Parts: sequence; C-alpha cells; structure tokens
Amino acid sequence: MSIAKTTTTAGSGPKPHHHAHHFESAEHEFSAAKLGLWVFLSTEILMFGGLFVGFFIFHGIYPEMFKEGSTFLDWRLGAVNTVVLLLSSFTIATSVYYAQKNNQKAVVLNLAATIALGAVFMMIKYIEYASKIEAGLLPGQLFSYEAAEAANLGLYFSFYFCMTGLHGLHVLIGMGVMAWVLKRAINGEFGPGYYTPIEGIALFWHLVDLIWIYLFPLLYLVE
Amino acid sequence: MHGAHSHNYLNHEKGLWSWLTTLDHKRIGVLYMISVFIFFFIGGVFAMLIRWELFSSGQNIVSPAGYNQLMTFHGAIMVFMVIIPGIPAFLGNFFLPLQIGAKDVAFPRLNLLSWYCLMVGAAIAFMSLFFSGADTGWTFYTPYSIQTDTGTIWLVTGAFVMGFSSILTGLNFVVTTHKLRAPGMTFWKMPLFVWSLYSTAILQILATPVLGITLLLLVAERVLGIGIFDPALGGDPVLFQHFFWFYSHPAVYIMILPAMGIISELITTYSRKTIFGYKAIALSTVGIAAVSFFVWGHHMFVSGQSEIAGIIFSFITMLVGVPTAIKTFNWVATLYGGSVRFDAPLLYALGFIFLFTIGGVTGIILATIATNVHFHDTYFVVAHFHYVMVGGTLMAIMGGVYHWFPKMFGRIVDDGMARITFVLIFVGFNVTFFPQFVLGAMGLPRRYADYPVAYEALNKISSIGSWTIGLGFLLALYVIIHALKRGEKAGDNPWGARTLEWQTSSPPPHENFDKPPVVTAGPYEYR
Repeated sequence: MSIAKTTTTAGSGPKPHHHAHHFESAEHEFSAAKLGLWVFLSTEILMFGGLFVGFFIFHGIYPEMFKEGSTFLDWRLGAVNTVVLLLSSFTIATSVYYAQKNNQKAVVLNLAATIALGAVFMMIKYIEYASKIEAGLLPGQLFSYEAAEAANLGLYFSFYFCMTGLHGLHVLIGMGVMAWVLKRAINGEFGPGYYTPIEGIALFWHLVDLIWIYLFPLLYLVE
Repeated sequence: MHGAHSHNYLNHEKGLWSWLTTLDHKRIGVLYMISVFIFFFIGGVFAMLIRWELFSSGQNIVSPAGYNQLMTFHGAIMVFMVIIPGIPAFLGNFFLPLQIGAKDVAFPRLNLLSWYCLMVGAAIAFMSLFFSGADTGWTFYTPYSIQTDTGTIWLVTGAFVMGFSSILTGLNFVVTTHKLRAPGMTFWKMPLFVWSLYSTAILQILATPVLGITLLLLVAERVLGIGIFDPALGGDPVLFQHFFWFYSHPAVYIMILPAMGIISELITTYSRKTIFGYKAIALSTVGIAAVSFFVWGHHMFVSGQSEIAGIIFSFITMLVGVPTAIKTFNWVATLYGGSVRFDAPLLYALGFIFLFTIGGVTGIILATIATNVHFHDTYFVVAHFHYVMVGGTLMAIMGGVYHWFPKMFGRIVDDGMARITFVLIFVGFNVTFFPQFVLGAMGLPRRYADYPVAYEALNKISSIGSWTIGLGFLLALYVIIHALKRGEKAGDNPWGARTLEWQTSSPPPHENFDKPPVVTAGPYEYR
C-alpha cells in the first residue's frame, strides 16, 4: 500500500468528486476501478472464447461448409462496419483524452459521435440480418435455404448468428451505458480529477471493437 | 478496544429495508449466510428423500421420473446455491476485508448485486418445478437435455444467472486483495484464508464465463435448435461435455480451495502454534488453481476422447495430488507439538483432514484410466465426490461458522453441543458414504431409481447414515439459533487468534476498525 498521497483536485471547472468511504483518495479509487474493469474484460474474453473455440473445432471438421457459408456474407458490408467500429474506438479514446484536458465540450461531442457510430454499425448489421433471414440462411433447424451444397450448412449460420448476435448485444449495451455517461458529461461531472466512467466505457468499447476485428476475417474472409 | 459493543454493524441501521439495500460487506455476508442455509435445507430434504427411496429395492415413495427430479435438484441446489457461494460469498465476504484490514470490499454495490443475482437465479431455477421440472442431473448433458421436454431450460437459465453472482464476487475479491490491504500487509503477510479466496476468485473469473456461454448455447439449442451440440444437425454432444467440464472442474476447486483456507486458519489457531510451511501452503493453493484448468478431460475417459488425450489428462489430474498433499502434511506438522485445544472448530478441521484424504486418494483411483473405466458412473464416484464436497467443504463451513460466530454476532456457541453435531455429522457421513464405495466397486450404477435386491443391505446402511447426518445438521441449526438468542457475550478475541479480524470488537463496527490497522507482524505468530 503506497497510495498515501491525498491530492485534492480542487478547482478546475467540474464538480468535485467524492471518493467512496473505503478508499483513501480519488486516485486510489480510480486504480481499483480500473483493475476491476480489466478483470471484467478478461471474463468477456473467456465468454467469447467458448464461441471461438467452437468455431475453430467445427471449421476443422467441416472446412467446405464454412467456406460455402462465408460466400453468403457480403464482405463489403463487413469491411464498412470494421471501419465504423475503428472510428468509434478513436472517438471514444479522444473523449478520454479531452476529459483529462478538461475540455467538456469535446468530451460530449466525442461521446455522442461514438454512440452515433455504434448506431450505424447496428443498422448495417440489421440490413445484413434481414437479407439472411429473408433467404432462409438461418441457424440449425431453422435453416431453409434450398440451394445449399454442404450438408448442415445451418451450423455455419448458428456460429454466424451466435457470434455476431452476442457481439451486437455488447454494442447495444455499450451504447446504453455510453448514453448514461453522456448525460453525466453534459452535467459537467467529469474532468481531470474524475473521469472513471469514461475510461471504463472506453475500455469496454475497445474490447468490443477488438472482438469484431477477429470476427470479421473469421466469418467473412474465411477460406 | 472500547469495552462497549453498543455500536456495531448489526445495529448501525435498522429494519428489513436497510438489510436489503445494505452495502456493508458484513451484512451482505449475513444475507448470503441466511440464503445458503435455506438452500442447504432444501437440498438436504431432497437428499433425505433420495435415500428414503433407496432404502429398499423396488419403488417406494417416488416414481422413477420423480426420482430423476430429486437427483437433479439435489445436485443443482447443492452445487450452484450452496457449495459455490457457501464459503467465498458468505464467510469470505464477511472476513476477507476484516482479515486484510480494509473497510469494505472494493465494489460494495456489485457485492450487493451479486446477492441479488443469486436470488434471481435461484428463483428462475425453482420456476422449473412449475414447468414439469428438470431431470437431466446437474450436468445438463446433451443430447438428453435437448430432447427431454421438461422444464430444464429454467434450471439452465437459473444457473446462468447465478454464474454472474459468482463472477462478481470473484472480481470484487481480486481487486480488494490487490488494492485495499492495510498498510504493512504484504502478500506474504496475508492470512491463508485470504490466499485461498484470492485463488478461488481467479478461478471464478476465468472459468464461470465459459459456463455462461455454454449454458447460453444450450438455451439457444433448446429454443432455436442451433445444432452446435446436436449430431442430427452436424453438431457434437461431446463438445458440450468439454465446455461444461472446462468450467465445472475448476468449479470443484472453487468449492474446495476456500475450505482449505479455513482449515489452515483453524489448525493454527487451535494448536496455538505458527502454521508450518506458510509459503508452501499459500503457493500450493495457487498451484492447485493453475493445474485445475487442465484436468477437465478426466470426466470424459469413456466419452470417446482420444487415448492420448486421456493419458495426458490422467497424468495432470494426478499432479493435483502433489499440492494437496503438501497442504495436508503441513497441517499435520502444525498440529505436531502444538498446544491443541479440541474445541468444535478443530474437531471439524480434523474431520476435514480425515475425510478429504479419503476423498483425495479415491480421486487418484478415479484418475487412473484403467480403474476409471470400471468405476465410471458408479456409486464409487458418488462416494468420492461426496467425501470431497461434504467431507471437505461442508466440514470446513461448519468449522468456520463455529470459529467465526463470536466475531459475527458477538456471542459464544455452546461448544459441548457443537461437538455433538460434529460426532453426528462425522459418523453419519462415513456410514452413508463409505458403503457407497463398496456398492460402486460391486458395479451399482449411479442416478438410478432402483437396484437389484443383492445391493439392499449396503443401501440400507447408507440411508440410515444419511438420517444421522440430517439429525446432525438440524442440531447444528438449533445450536446456532440458541447461540444467537441465549449465547454468552463473546470477548473480542475468545480464541486468542492473531489475524486482524480478532483485533476489532465483536461484532465489528460499521467500518470494521475504529482505527485503521497497521500491520507489522505475520498472521500466525504464536510461538
């Protein structure tokens, strides 16, 4: 325990943040919150890990099926979404930077931009899902596309929908949390002395982005 | 300390609402205590009914379908609602911050949320009973869990939600241990209970999410028929077993590691002697946690995994015996030459060592592929894991409850009565489960509602033993209620222990310590 400094970050715009009673200082609280977030991210990786392992196992068993399945995905839409998410990772990182620099307006703008980019991602996802559903390219039992060559092609779409679905759910949850953070940012609660929620949602958002960086080549560009 | 115990966490706020919204780790620990005791009672009643049905050959009190439900709910309740939250979320929640000299856990709101996750998950799981129940066993093996048209999905969803409770507890404990230790408390000065909770927390964090995705996929399999575990659609049911045991084997150590931590505390306190091999015990805890991730395949020797995989899993499984034996030898060495006080907590600790050794050694027998093929899915396996889970974990919980009761509620438990509970539970336990080793070796398969008459004598002995255990636990409940109402006032440190929680008043104040403690000595400096 070396965190004995009691730096009072007074002044400088935002309302002062009172750290919880069981911490010694705001820095102490921040470092604990950050460690907690990293631990939480590791649980996310392990959860997605199950799906990735399943994907690789079945890809090994049925390489032809996975190859055929990927031809039904539009890599252009996937690529656009990759760019959208990368951009959103940039804007959220920028909002952390501006919080540290105490630029309230830029924090709000960048958070709003991130939410908007998340929405664009989900809209493109919706377009993709709608075309799959229409064509009967559905998971397992529900698969009804008639011109499929590989047997059990529905299994590929089980992975497609489970992996992108769980990922999409994370995007939605991230947008929801970000809306709450945005509201607090508009109230002027963040500044160099306290920006833990922005840092937290940014870390989470980077992970969601990172998972997509793996999903895109695995699902869309598989050979 | 100030002599007056007037102001403490129990009377800091008043009313049921203050309990349901509390952020105090001690109160959340008490909430967990009450719920775990209730779940234990329900799971225990199911166990008694199982043994009643098996008292004699033929159908006695329930139909075979009803028996499958009893067996499933007994297992699911005891695993997900009793043993997994039992030590970390109840005793750990209460004592981890106290033992490291913190005011609370790092994230008190997440701590409360974890309790609600357990409650909501349990409610969902019990909903299953209104939808024709579940009959898959607590392991939910596919393809049966996909085909059975009963309320399995509720039980699975409930287990999924309860997983969040476990994850949140683990996350809280890791951060608390890293960030909230009192000045002077280095890692090598932490009590061994903290070491065990820390290792357990790592397992909870890394293993539970895999169960989460597995159960989600199982729900999707049932609702949508995604086919990942269904061979008819190109899937693989054995993959479910891999996923399930990737969590559930480490989960076995989520259940036993904190128990070992309690035993370390008890042995050293009641023999009034510095623990022998502190670092060896601490590191062996971490060692068991690490190895536990690479042994899951030993549940699947007959499930069609490759022979070479079987041999590797068998070998790694046997490695677990090494750190476990290190602990056992160190405990015995601590007792040697100590001024041993045979209070009830120590009796439970000795019971743990005895029973856990039997459970561990039979584990080696099961880890051996050749013998495993013979014993697989027989009562030998049932006896083995009950020796570890009941003989191990429940013994430790009982010892821990009696040991820390004076600190939690400021009152002394009647030690004579507590010793009687030990005798009933210990004797009853051996009478119940030792014959099951023999039954298993004779080839009696587990999870069946009936058996041929040739197996009847040993089954009768087993059932009689189970009622003795039941009596022992009922008496234990009485002892605790009696102590709550009529127990003598406890001093701050009735056992003369050295860890930090005994340096504050009993019960502790709202923020645990009147003055933040500064640590200068190790946790077990007796002599």
